[in-house]
Amino acid sequence: MHNILELKNLQKHYATQKAVDDVSFSIKQGSIFGLLGPNGAGKTTLLRMITGIFYPDSGDLLFDGKPFDPQNDFVHIGYMPEERGLYKKMKIGEQAMYLAQLKGLSKSESLEKIKYWFKKFEMESWWNKKVEDLSKGMSQKLQFVTTVLHEPKLIILDEPFSGLDPLNANLIKDEIYGLAQRGSTIIFSTHRMEQVEEICDHIILMNLGKKILDGTVTDVKQQFKENKFNVQFKGQPTALVSPIFTIEHQEKQQLIVKINEGYTSNHVLNYLLQQDVLIERFNEILPSLNDIFIHLVEGSKATTRAFQNN
Amino acid sequence: MNKIFLVASREFKTRVQKKTFLLSTIGLPILIFGFYALMIYFQVKTTDNFKVAVSDQSKLFNGKIDDKKSTEVIFSFIDADTAALNKKLIEKEYDAYLFIPNGYNLQSGEPQISFRSSKALGLMTREKIENRINNALEEKKLLALNISKGQLDSARLENNAISFTTNDGKKDNETKVGISYAVGMIAGFLIYIILFVYGTMVMRGVMEEKVSRIAEVIVSSVKPFELMLGKIFGIGAVGLIQFIIWMVLVFGLQFLIPVLFPDVAAQMQSAPIQPGAMGAATAVKESGALQGIMAGLAEINFTLIIGCFVFYFLGGYFMYAALFAAVGSAVNEDPQDAQSLLLPIMMPIIFAMVIMTKAVNDPNSTLAIFGSLFPLTSPIVMMARVAHGVPDGVTVVQLIASMALLVLGFLGTTWVAAKIYRTGILMYGKKVTWKEMWKWAFKNN
Repeated sequence: MHNILELKNLQKHYATQKAVDDVSFSIKQGSIFGLLGPNGAGKTTLLRMITGIFYPDSGDLLFDGKPFDPQNDFVHIGYMPEERGLYKKMKIGEQAMYLAQLKGLSKSESLEKIKYWFKKFEMESWWNKKVEDLSKGMSQKLQFVTTVLHEPKLIILDEPFSGLDPLNANLIKDEIYGLAQRGSTIIFSTHRMEQVEEICDHIILMNLGKKILDGTVTDVKQQFKENKFNVQFKGQPTALVSPIFTIEHQEKQQLIVKINEGYTSNHVLNYLLQQDVLIERFNEILPSLNDIFIHLVEGSKATTRAFQNN
Repeated sequence: MNKIFLVASREFKTRVQKKTFLLSTIGLPILIFGFYALMIYFQVKTTDNFKVAVSDQSKLFNGKIDDKKSTEVIFSFIDADTAALNKKLIEKEYDAYLFIPNGYNLQSGEPQISFRSSKALGLMTREKIENRINNALEEKKLLALNISKGQLDSARLENNAISFTTNDGKKDNETKVGISYAVGMIAGFLIYIILFVYGTMVMRGVMEEKVSRIAEVIVSSVKPFELMLGKIFGIGAVGLIQFIIWMVLVFGLQFLIPVLFPDVAAQMQSAPIQPGAMGAATAVKESGALQGIMAGLAEINFTLIIGCFVFYFLGGYFMYAALFAAVGSAVNEDPQDAQSLLLPIMMPIIFAMVIMTKAVNDPNSTLAIFGSLFPLTSPIVMMARVAHGVPDGVTVVQLIASMALLVLGFLGTTWVAAKIYRTGILMYGKKVTWKEMWKWAFKNN
């Protein structure tokens, strides 16, 4: 699979700070890509450059192998920003038609696509309702539909699940998988780490305008693992002391051990077997993305910067 | 271009389909017209068969006031003293009486003639009675002085006794100047209203997009500049349509007046026809004035004025609409913020209005020339000068220069406003100052 998007040394400065500072990465076509970072990390600015709303100060942006040309490439991009809304006084059907036509679809194409998606999301009866009569979750669904209905190659979703109940969140999640399978690439920006772990193939973590982490979810976890293992056993615990590991935490029938340098999990198992411990379970503890996120961001001046940004 | 059209047509459609549009476009003029009609109705309403008893103790009128056959006011001569007349009034035999005391002296007007009515008179009835009696008295006075109708007529100076001309040999008549004044004032004032009404409409449209958080969704498909232009064009079209409908309504309703109030029309026609030397003179004078107005209107170059009006209406609107859009983009949820940001935009408009009131009087003063060239004031001020005609009010060179400057001004403000706009619509939760807007406009972002 080729790269749908390539960023090379992208920079964007504001008067007081570097919002995006020398960021490079690439995204494979058909992947679900997570863009993470605390508030004010520069995610929105980065996304606005990818959607052509802002121009980068320097650096290159390649879309589908060619230099990004917002004037023509906008039809291949669907963007659902975090600050999103709809015209309150407009009818839902007209609103969807308008947004579809702005994406370059003809009237008949728009109508056809909207009907397809409205049917799929059981929204057909909404056509003549006004946006102001919709609940937050309902308008979120409408926004999702208007983002994807022109079948963009690149779909950018900024916090797509905020305000959705689990049922509707699942509906959208399934659609995201479906779109990725059909070849669309999805950039997914959020603070909700459990969603990222569940959905994304590849993630990027930004802080203070810089990229501080880049890789697949499993790679990242491997990279930040602390060689901790969870041991569950039967019977009375005995005093276990060994140069192979240190015990971090001990409960009645459970141990959390950290393997010391130079040893592997097999050494631990060997030792435990020799001590005649009846092992029920033995597994590695991988850090959650949440832990990694907090570990990397904590201590930086991210919070103060977030306030400056507003 | 296609996208600007899409945006513009949405702006147009959503506004035109609103109930408030119908209400303000068609309802409002009808309401105002109805209000005026009602006022006219009450003003001209006369009591029919208003009976006035005339007790002519000094035999001044010889049994009749004038030759007029009127059913509205009927004078009947009786011989009675005031006590008897008062009694008749109470008994409602008559509505009013006119008492000319014995030994009334025509020259000194002593002792005074008295008129008493059972209740206060309507404006028109009172005027009618007063006119007829005064005319009759005047005629008697003239006759007493041995002046005949013909003598009086020939003694009166006609309006055109002195010939006013300008240096280039053109006639300069008073009515024409008066009409130019009125036309200039009305045109300037209309543009002033248009700038305000549709300018704030653009501003509110931009604010709505920002507050409802749709701006970012839209600008991912449309360039901010296109979005702004589309909005300005769409609302401009609404303004134009509204304006045309108003014009049609105003002219249409004008024809309704004679239908609704045949009395008024009849009175307008019968007014000049009055007996006696004086009456005849007024008749001539009035029809002369009417002819003067017609002639004055004919001399005014309406093609020029309407052409200029459309140009300055559009030019002024486009120039200010962009500025209003910039302000709208800088405002957050709190509409109060708009007030302070609007002030620098409203100042030149109000300033232009002040210059305009001067310019209608003196179209060639330095202030008027400056005001009609400076693009922020020219749409309003130039209308006042154009009404006086070319080259009396404004020279061709000045007119062309003013138009060119307005086009440049429009391009300039739109360029500046677009830069403020593209930063402003994506900026949330921050109170923006003029200093910051200046930075957005003139520093590269």
